[in-house]
Amino acid sequence: MHSKAFAPGVMAGRLDPVDLAAGFGDLHPALGDHEAMVAADRCYFCHDAPCITACPTDIDIPLFIRQIATGTPDAAAKTILSQNILGGMCARVCPTETLCEQACVREAAEGKPVEIGRLQRYATDGLMASGVHPFSRAALTGKTVAVVGAGPAGLACAHRLAMFGHDVVLFDARPKPGGLNEYGIAAYKSTDEFAAREVDWLLQIGGIRLETGTALGRDITLQELRAEYDAVFLGIGLGGVNALKVPGADKDGVLDAVDFISDLRQASDLGALPVGRDVVVIGGGMTAVDAAVQARLLGAANVTMVYRRGRDRMNASRFEQDLAASKGVRIITNASPIAVHGNGAVREVEFEYTDDGLAPTGERFRIAADQVFKAIGQVLEGDALPELDGRKIAVSAEGRTSVVGVWAGGDCAAGGDDLTVTAVAQGRDAAMNIHIALMGATAAVTA
Amino acid sequence: MADLTTEFVGIKSPNPFWLASAPPTDKEYNVRRAFEAGWGGVVWKTLGEAGPPVVNVNGPRYGAIWGADRRLLGLNNIELITDRPLEVNLREIKAVKRDYPDRAIVVSLMVPCEEQAWKAILPLVEETGADGVELNFGCPHGMSERGMGSAVGQVPEYIEMVTRWVKQNTRMPCIVKLTPNITDIKQPALAAMRGGADAVSLINTINSITSVDLDLFAPEPTIDGKGAHGGYCGPAVKPIALNMVAEIARTPEMARLPISGIGGVTTWKDAAEFMALGAGNVQVCTAAMTYGFKIVQEMISGLSDYMDKKDMVATSELIGKAVPNLSDWQHLNLNYIAKAKINQDLCISCGRCFAACEDTSHQAIAMSADRTFTVKDDECVACNLCVNVCPVDDCITMEQMAAGAVDPRTGRTVLPDYANWTTHPNNPAAAKAAV
Repeated sequence: MHSKAFAPGVMAGRLDPVDLAAGFGDLHPALGDHEAMVAADRCYFCHDAPCITACPTDIDIPLFIRQIATGTPDAAAKTILSQNILGGMCARVCPTETLCEQACVREAAEGKPVEIGRLQRYATDGLMASGVHPFSRAALTGKTVAVVGAGPAGLACAHRLAMFGHDVVLFDARPKPGGLNEYGIAAYKSTDEFAAREVDWLLQIGGIRLETGTALGRDITLQELRAEYDAVFLGIGLGGVNALKVPGADKDGVLDAVDFISDLRQASDLGALPVGRDVVVIGGGMTAVDAAVQARLLGAANVTMVYRRGRDRMNASRFEQDLAASKGVRIITNASPIAVHGNGAVREVEFEYTDDGLAPTGERFRIAADQVFKAIGQVLEGDALPELDGRKIAVSAEGRTSVVGVWAGGDCAAGGDDLTVTAVAQGRDAAMNIHIALMGATAAVTA
Repeated sequence: MADLTTEFVGIKSPNPFWLASAPPTDKEYNVRRAFEAGWGGVVWKTLGEAGPPVVNVNGPRYGAIWGADRRLLGLNNIELITDRPLEVNLREIKAVKRDYPDRAIVVSLMVPCEEQAWKAILPLVEETGADGVELNFGCPHGMSERGMGSAVGQVPEYIEMVTRWVKQNTRMPCIVKLTPNITDIKQPALAAMRGGADAVSLINTINSITSVDLDLFAPEPTIDGKGAHGGYCGPAVKPIALNMVAEIARTPEMARLPISGIGGVTTWKDAAEFMALGAGNVQVCTAAMTYGFKIVQEMISGLSDYMDKKDMVATSELIGKAVPNLSDWQHLNLNYIAKAKINQDLCISCGRCFAACEDTSHQAIAMSADRTFTVKDDECVACNLCVNVCPVDDCITMEQMAAGAVDPRTGRTVLPDYANWTTHPNNPAAAKAAV
């Protein structure tokens, strides 16, 4: 037992380095060659396979698994990456249990789907490790496109545009590219600097100039970009967070979960990262789980995730909920925060049970907390954006916004789930539409 | 529990599971382990004549093919007969037989095609107390280049001649092991019978190259960049072996010729199938070489459970039970009409039946937008391909149409009576006979 394990307050170094490193190891370790062959052998090579339909990027899963099974994993990787250039990251972060693996017929047959995600990682890791970038650029078109946001949508869009022969300037507000891949997902899903390595590998296509530290609305405007470039793609994500509107929400120790996760991802020494003994996470999505689990892995003794609706409504997948539970996170549902108590710093969070219609029941309880992470949703930030649909940018099926020459995709655009894989699909498809817009309808045929 | 005791050409064994002449029976150590594990008998790996023994290659002598999860489906070998001195083998055979009098020990032999060579070795084998001999006319590699093994087995006259020499020179029962590397298995079997064989055993291994090394451009198994064909065995050859056993069993002249069934026997079920097609016992090699001797325990329990369920008390009730149902194509009932039926509760919607039928067969399976697969009775010819490619047991079945029903494919009423090609109006020969 480490001396700081049960010390109250927010402090660093609650765990031994060995325990710390073990906790933050790969969530799904890479398959070895033998494991990959055994896993690949289970694929039935279904006709018009349901797993393909379930994949937002339409990866030809039976084909790539057959390519693995027949000893050509690099061909498998190319099958994957030609549909999804971030196939390596998606293999790590996709909620496969609600996408391809849920659709797998072996899930229906045995309750044990083919391990599509891990096989995808096997293939893409192998190709990336060999340093090969299997795509090349078409003849240069002389067109230049501004892509704003170097997250999954922007990266996918930029890569596809570069393949078509367009030059791309890729802007990002943060110091590093990658977006949520770099700053926003749990560390155990992207170990060994994978997000950064994947961007480096992706940029090998050429023709993409990266401009980090450049924010839309601060350093550049949409109007300027429209004037300067042949087309603009917005993949700016959701930069803001919803406010917790309860008394005491401004007390010390009440933080945004996305900041906690971002700090953690960028920390060079996890042992130096402070965490509370009693941590409360408010929210029921993937961000809430990522924050809660990582708080536990940093050594928080008690981590409670509280969600205002029922478990069936949680945005975190069942797998993520079970993962949280397996790491010792307590999940409370049907409870809304009503106050944060404490003298300067948070001491307790008070909740009230709610029914399924979110109506207060009058039953209240308090949970001790020296740290609170808010994970109650992110929002689009920025002025002078194209027209919105609700709280996000309105787009057509091809990603066109209300502004001529401006496309959008990823979390900032309305429609689709806020998933990495969805963002990749939207960025890729917008690139196709931009290409047609720039080169004429015949371009689609030759693309 | 059913009695598995088997008597084969007068040789008793506690069960019908023998180990075939092969590496598992090359020496005392292995055979003792086999008997301890429960095997009913062994055919001791082939002995050659006295003198310096043969030599084997010093590189890979086996090649294989695999199914899913690297399950071994077929094995090929270029190993020769025993490479240990004759006197060592004879001494060991005697010792093992003395200690296991209830188990069958048959000795496989391969000596040159000269009567003197057979006259010389037979008394030595007799002296060990072995129960019988098996003449190896089957090995298709190495020894066949020296005029033995399948070089003899491919010439019925030689088979008859050598078998006769053996019968004239020993009181021991003589089993003739046949090579499948011929066009008509009945010819060598009949030759063996004419020569006085007490039984035939089959099949020996099939000429084969398991694969080609695509870097070296060398056949596998590869010795210093070169490969030679080997003998193929294991689960992959079972259908070929079953057919050859059946061909002999259904030939009237050979109806009483005992058969020892060999070729891909891996489970009790395989053994039961060989026996139902006329084999008096079975010989196993690849399964033991893949999983070890312990598999015989499953074979024993499985066969006795099956026989209990079928109310069979002795293996003799099983042997040959399927032979009367062996027929020629021309005698199959053309009025038997079936349709594929997909059990929607079992279907996992993989669509393999659809792809197979749509791309390669009769376009008789419909696929709905929600991936429900149904058979179009008006197109289905009951070919069984959908059953064969379906990954789920019993999900697709062939259902016979009752007499009186109308086949939606042809519009004709299903007739109750039997009718075959010989009398079919489309058969020119039948038309001629009618005139």
